[in-house]
Amino acid sequence: MVTENAAAKRRTGTIIVMALLVVLLALISLGVGPVRMSPLKVLETLFGGGSDVYRVIVQEIRLPRTILAVAIGAILGLSGAALQGLLRNPLASPSLFGAPQAAAFGAVLVIALGLADVRSYALPGAAIIMAFLSVFALLVVAGRNAGLLILILAGLAISSLAGAATALAMNLSSNPFVALEIAFWLLGSLEDRSFRHVMLALPFITIGAIILMSQRNALRALSLGEETAQSLGVHVGSLRLIVILGVAFGVGGAVAVTGTIGFIGLIAPHLMRPLVGYDPARLLVPSALAGAALLLAADIAVRIIPSTSDIKVGVLTSLIGVPFFLYLIMRERRALGGGIG
Amino acid sequence: MMDAFLTAHKLSVTLAGREVLHDISLALPRQHLVALVGPNGAGKTTLLRALAGLLPAQGAIHVGGDALASLSLRERAKRFGYLPQGHMVHWPLPARDIVALGRYPHGATDPARLSPTDEAAVERAMQATDVTQFSTRPATELSGGERSRVALARVLAVEAPVILADEPTAALDPRFQIEVMKNLRAAADSGILAIVVTHDLGLAARYADMVMVMQEGRLVAQGAPAEALSDEILANVFRVTAYRTGHEHRMIIVPWAGV
Repeated sequence: MVTENAAAKRRTGTIIVMALLVVLLALISLGVGPVRMSPLKVLETLFGGGSDVYRVIVQEIRLPRTILAVAIGAILGLSGAALQGLLRNPLASPSLFGAPQAAAFGAVLVIALGLADVRSYALPGAAIIMAFLSVFALLVVAGRNAGLLILILAGLAISSLAGAATALAMNLSSNPFVALEIAFWLLGSLEDRSFRHVMLALPFITIGAIILMSQRNALRALSLGEETAQSLGVHVGSLRLIVILGVAFGVGGAVAVTGTIGFIGLIAPHLMRPLVGYDPARLLVPSALAGAALLLAADIAVRIIPSTSDIKVGVLTSLIGVPFFLYLIMRERRALGGGIG
Repeated sequence: MMDAFLTAHKLSVTLAGREVLHDISLALPRQHLVALVGPNGAGKTTLLRALAGLLPAQGAIHVGGDALASLSLRERAKRFGYLPQGHMVHWPLPARDIVALGRYPHGATDPARLSPTDEAAVERAMQATDVTQFSTRPATELSGGERSRVALARVLAVEAPVILADEPTAALDPRFQIEVMKNLRAAADSGILAIVVTHDLGLAARYADMVMVMQEGRLVAQGAPAEALSDEILANVFRVTAYRTGHEHRMIIVPWAGV
């Protein structure tokens, strides 16, 4: 059982290294902006050192942004890993299934109809409901043992529908400035977020994370197929609903404050599998850490890439994510052709 | 005959508006290896699933004196070790982790943290099926025969009083067919009721205490291999004649020609 222990050590080691990486990236993220600071300077400022100006910049202006990057990156990575486990499919991810797009529609609807302002709890509420409905609809349309192709096609249809509905909501909005604001918000960004946003998103993200983590062992049993999992005492029907609910809470809460940031959920589990193995239960925490690291890195990148106007982080993650998705399709080509279930 | 451990009374199953099992009644004791045979589409897999409570059925099933319907999913899982056809594994998990999932119904949901009892059950199952050497190998990288044995070990690790195995010898070479049947025979001898779906009448006749023959959703014969696999039944149900002989006090039966 020496090799068994070696695998366990590698998992623990990976988690520690990833956690340290997230901390380091968070410190860098707090130091990036018009006023640059080294990670050490940031650390000093965080704990009450440095000048008042620096403290305001780090603690009040940049800290909410960094907290959101960590929390949202983590929940996206976690949701991706949980969905891949649920569907037993390495190409599953919230963004490919239209969940963030649907969540965005929910939030946009609330804004466009003037039901609430952008800082109200109605926003994450509507986003969560739409995210849940979209994934639920996807599973109903695709059927229980849907193959990859069907899932992707159904996901495409649902995200197109959500996109069209969002466009309609913007179309019908009486104020053109509101429409423009929504359009930018949809691109996905962590800019200018305050602690009010953190408070808006964090409770839902936390609930989503707790829900998803609670199902980890059932997801492992599901590796043997639905029927076998059921014969081992896993209530597969409830498992499916609970995971969708967890994803909806997490993605809905995230989208409500940042707009759509795609592909983190697809990429994070893939980066971790070579390091921690394929067990869907043991993949959850590393994927969350990888998601946090990815979003932090992307959010740092958009601030240091020289450009005339600021690049939205959601645009960057898609620019990186889509080629990665194409690479995965190439790798999984054989399975795709065979329509494997 | 010993007391029946697993009974079904007037069992019927309707799938997508079509009745695929009609009025099946049976009473099976522990310490028996029961072969379930029948042509393709006779409803063997459906019967196995219905017995395990994996699909809704009309009629009553009792296991160990309790009505199946009154048992929670977890209680059912402790009483039935279910080995589906094809026994697919979706992720390349290490073989030992797959076997350890057999302890899931007993509350051991994490293969990395097994109690000594669970650990011992996993160890026993892996030794019985001779898969200990594959412990850390990803199940998806094993050969078909090796994977079948790992799947069987997972079912044995449940240590349930009833094993339901759906074509566990399909796609195995002769040596492993014999190995798997021997494992199930040993399990039966140790007190388990093992119900095995198979298309191999030879293996059924050789290893089973009892054979149940299904045709078009009905149980048309059950009894000792010599009775249940009589010339008349083979002709009517399977549309074959058979060559029969004996070896080491066991019946040998070889389907010979179509009728």
